Amino acid sequence: MAALKPSRRIRHLFAVNPTAVLQLGLWGALSIAMMTVDHRYHALDGVRDVLATAAYPLRLLMRLPITAENWLTEKWARRSVLLEENAQLREKQIFLNVQLQKLIALEAENRRLRSLLESAVNTPERVLIAELLAVDFDPYRHHILLNRGRQHGLYVGQPVIDQHGVIGQIIRADPLTSTAILITDAKHALPIQINRTGVRTLALGTGKFQELELPHVAHDEDVKVGDVLVTSGMGGRFPRGYPVGTVTAVEFDPGSPFAHIIAKPAAQLERIREVMLLDYEPPIIAPDALDALAIRAP
Amino acid sequence: MTRAYPTGGWVIVVSFLLAFWLSEIPLPGGLDRFRPDWVAMVLIYWGMALPHRIGIGVGWGVGLLLDVGRGGLLGQHALALAVVAYLTAQTYRRIRAVPLWQQTFSVLVLLVIERILIFWISGVIGYPPQDWWYLAPAIGGMVLWPLLFVVLRDVRRYFQVG
Repeated sequence: MAALKPSRRIRHLFAVNPTAVLQLGLWGALSIAMMTVDHRYHALDGVRDVLATAAYPLRLLMRLPITAENWLTEKWARRSVLLEENAQLREKQIFLNVQLQKLIALEAENRRLRSLLESAVNTPERVLIAELLAVDFDPYRHHILLNRGRQHGLYVGQPVIDQHGVIGQIIRADPLTSTAILITDAKHALPIQINRTGVRTLALGTGKFQELELPHVAHDEDVKVGDVLVTSGMGGRFPRGYPVGTVTAVEFDPGSPFAHIIAKPAAQLERIREVMLLDYEPPIIAPDALDALAIRAP
Repeated sequence: MTRAYPTGGWVIVVSFLLAFWLSEIPLPGGLDRFRPDWVAMVLIYWGMALPHRIGIGVGWGVGLLLDVGRGGLLGQHALALAVVAYLTAQTYRRIRAVPLWQQTFSVLVLLVIERILIFWISGVIGYPPQDWWYLAPAIGGMVLWPLLFVVLRDVRRYFQVG
């Protein structure tokens, strides 16, 4: 009988801590309550503000090696390399200036034409540059953290772009940092237009960095591989005419009324380092404009 | 081993800071998918080595910091790491008693449970995982566990953290 009884050593190995269950219950309940409140009611924004501000110095500390590396590369870059880079940049500037002159003329012409048509032109006034601090670790949620926040004038819904195209928009602005959702996030939809034909649709995120999906485009619409997508300005979040991506595949499924269209984002979403934030005020639609629409409708 | 008063708390803090840092630095290409959850691994180590100091509350707090730092749902990592700390607290006697290579399997189980919890919660708020890659960090963690264990053990002995 005695042989069946586990030795003290074995019993020690399987000892449980009775208060641990209680602790887990308490902390677990607290987490679940927090997640519910955060997700459903966004009532924890104050708490998050405080925590995010407290974590900011820590974040700077963690970035120190990267900052130091950048600083050292700049500091110790060879003179010849710098000179070469300088020459390249100067050349590029001249080139861009020439293009800009053309653009100014075009813009003036455009404005004149638009004023003839009595439609408003919206050009964003101010651009703010922000740096990437972190990427969400959840591989299916494409959120990025930026080093600018409410203190710098950021607001929720602000469009984020880079030199190639649209990246996403701000979904949370903390005092010193902010979170942006990328256009490839599975929950993001961006109103777009096909530049060549003017066909309007949405660009839905798929959760993959290289893929956008264009739903509800009928079989008979003119869409080809290589078509450039631009923002359509619908929805009032993004200004019109910013590049979004290019169509990479158009498939026709006879069973479905719509074509299956895949596009590749123009911005390099996997390699973001710096982004630009547009200060964009959506056009205000005057009530009589809506009335005019209503009258014209059959 | 247990002293009258705790010593070397700063070593624990620094190890967690390093873990945070290791999970943020950019990695080349495909390795990113296997990047282990360093914070969870460091938590498991201290939970095994100093169960009287690093428990469920600490796990929860560290998880909350992760949530704030990554801009995710508040409480997601907190819950997952609290569960990992709980499981460590209940099993550390057994895990400590076996050789290092066998420990890696216990660590794998803990890390897989953590990943699954995080992705359950993501699924509830509308981001269901689309393939099996989300378990890859647990495998990366299992492979690197012996290294982390040896390093942290030597650090703990050197600084006499107790």
